[in-house]
Amino acid sequence: MAANFIPVKVHIKEQKQVFDRFGAPWTPTQIVVDAEGEERHRVEGFLPVEDFLAQLELGLGKLKFHQKRFTEAEKRFVSVCDGSPESGGAPEACYWAGVARYKETDDASHLGRAGELLKERYPESEWARKASVWLH
Amino acid sequence: MLVRRIKMTQIPWQKDVDAALEQARASGKPVLIDFSAAPA
Repeated sequence: MAANFIPVKVHIKEQKQVFDRFGAPWTPTQIVVDAEGEERHRVEGFLPVEDFLAQLELGLGKLKFHQKRFTEAEKRFVSVCDGSPESGGAPEACYWAGVARYKETDDASHLGRAGELLKERYPESEWARKASVWLH
Repeated sequence: MLVRRIKMTQIPWQKDVDAALEQARASGKPVLIDFSAAPA
């Protein structure tokens, strides 16, 4: 993890001011903050390790996306969408993988493919509903 | 997935958020902040 993040752990009994500063009213909460100090991803509540790791990967994807490094972002999103398809973050990752691919290529057909994938694989997810606008 | 192989107990957690943000600016790496209430 140290290869990808600078990890910081703060305890409610020791650094309550940090909880307030970042708006963390519940534990566990993890946030990914970029080098400019902007929050890019947040996980609230306990997750099993595999789900948690998928969320970290999703966070790295969002970080790259905001940096407009769409190829790298897509790689992170696809690794969750296809590599951890049972994880809770997978539908969101599939959605953003399609968006990153679209931003990278300017080819809107990638949005449609993402929408089809979400409709087939995660029909009840909010991400499938969000992507439904891309379906023809 | 790069982070999959990491064991959570081996993470070199820091405690100083501002020092970590300074390191982030220098290195370009993001900061992961874990807000915890778990017994030490």
